[in-house]
Amino acid sequence: MKNIGVLSLQGGFEKHLGMVARCGARGVEIRYSRELHEVDGLILPGGESTTIGKLLDRNGFIPEIQKLLSKNFPVFGTCAGTILLADTIEGSTQVKIGGLPITIERNAYGSQVDSFESLLEIELSNPITFPGVFIRAPRITFLGKGVETLSVLDDDPVFIRYNSIIAATFHPELTTNLAIHDYFIRNIV
Amino acid sequence: MSNTQWSDRQVSTWKTKVGLAEQLKGGVIMDVVNVEQAKIAEDAGAQAVMALERVPADIRADGGVARMSDPEMIEAIKKAVTIPVMAKCRIGHFAEAQILEALGVDFIDESEVLTPADDEFHVWKHDFRSPFVCGARNLGEALRRIGEGAAMIRTKGEAGTGDVVEAVRHMRTIVGDIRRVQSLGREQLMTEAKNLGAPFELLLEVATTGRLPVPNFSAGGIATPADASLLMQLGAEAVFVGSGIFKSGDPAKRARAIVDAVAHYKDAKKLVEVSRNLGEPMVGINVSSMDPTQKIAGRGW
Repeated sequence: MKNIGVLSLQGGFEKHLGMVARCGARGVEIRYSRELHEVDGLILPGGESTTIGKLLDRNGFIPEIQKLLSKNFPVFGTCAGTILLADTIEGSTQVKIGGLPITIERNAYGSQVDSFESLLEIELSNPITFPGVFIRAPRITFLGKGVETLSVLDDDPVFIRYNSIIAATFHPELTTNLAIHDYFIRNIV
Repeated sequence: MSNTQWSDRQVSTWKTKVGLAEQLKGGVIMDVVNVEQAKIAEDAGAQAVMALERVPADIRADGGVARMSDPEMIEAIKKAVTIPVMAKCRIGHFAEAQILEALGVDFIDESEVLTPADDEFHVWKHDFRSPFVCGARNLGEALRRIGEGAAMIRTKGEAGTGDVVEAVRHMRTIVGDIRRVQSLGREQLMTEAKNLGAPFELLLEVATTGRLPVPNFSAGGIATPADASLLMQLGAEAVFVGSGIFKSGDPAKRARAIVDAVAHYKDAKKLVEVSRNLGEPMVGINVSSMDPTQKIAGRGW
């Protein structure tokens, strides 16, 4: 059975752990960097990217995750997790992990009252329709070399792949559709 | 270009409201009264701030009518930080809630800390695009608020006292109520709904899932990293700290310590480390010595 770590310092980690279990893998709460070496893949959940970034920094996670990424370790970022993986965050100097050659704009669709749901067409192994839940969502404004777009909304990429990283600006863990988690666990990990 | 039609897109749904509450698990929401405090809170790692003119300890001390804060001040805080900004309206004051929604606050707290505007009815929260958080002392009260549209529940505790005893009582009561409901047979649930004053369908969901249909946070009297850890271990999924931070000797240090304590609430060694040298905590009021008329948790029903 594959062990999938879910960073559990702050944010939507609990729903991700539930999705991982429903996919038939073992979800592992990650609260210390040493625990990264006990898992086969890592999910960076949504939440507040500034808060998670600070907690990653205070607990010595950043160099450890960067080291793993350089060895093509499987990582799946959602919302804040995607922000933390981005090489450039527009107008911000907040703590981040980097490694994903994109530029991202935080809270790009407005504040919470502008949060929305929209159906998405996603290119996984087969094309699927997926219920996208966008909450204070970021927008990917630039894609670097080698980044593959798996889904768009109004011409903006909302789900991407780069080597062993997949990243979404929406929240698949808030739905009952296991397709994306299943894809990560079966095809990337 | 995506094939998604405009009609396939829905703004401010129940899922996006509860979804934001989900993203606020495992963190700390801090009361702030100005831009400077909001920045200190954000730098310490707060996941959201509650913008208000006076923290509950001062509302208590000043007396008089406590109302929604000045939009100017809420807006200034919204501009100063990137984390979600919450604000309070009085119980039942849907016009204040409409103003907060128009301001674009990320969560509205229909709060017993302010003077209630309606002693009979709470706001019908489903009508709003902004999500709401409401206080509760037991399962029945929590489910009534969720029935009205609250996307997050917090214990009421006894705000502005720095005494954690009421928050503990309310969290233990909610968790205990849920355990009891789970042990009941289906034929007992309608009577239980009547006794709790809870909507039946929501009670049925709790009996099946063993949890509230929305995230369950704690508030009202949390003043130290140990208090935060206590409530998290009792079942809170995140904590609000009101007067406890900015009424203490070293707010920046205490704020950071409480954030670390919530992220590692089960790790006593970490709690030793973060609890060291925090300076003076807020002085506080012992709830058991308070005159019953001074207590605010009884506001709302």
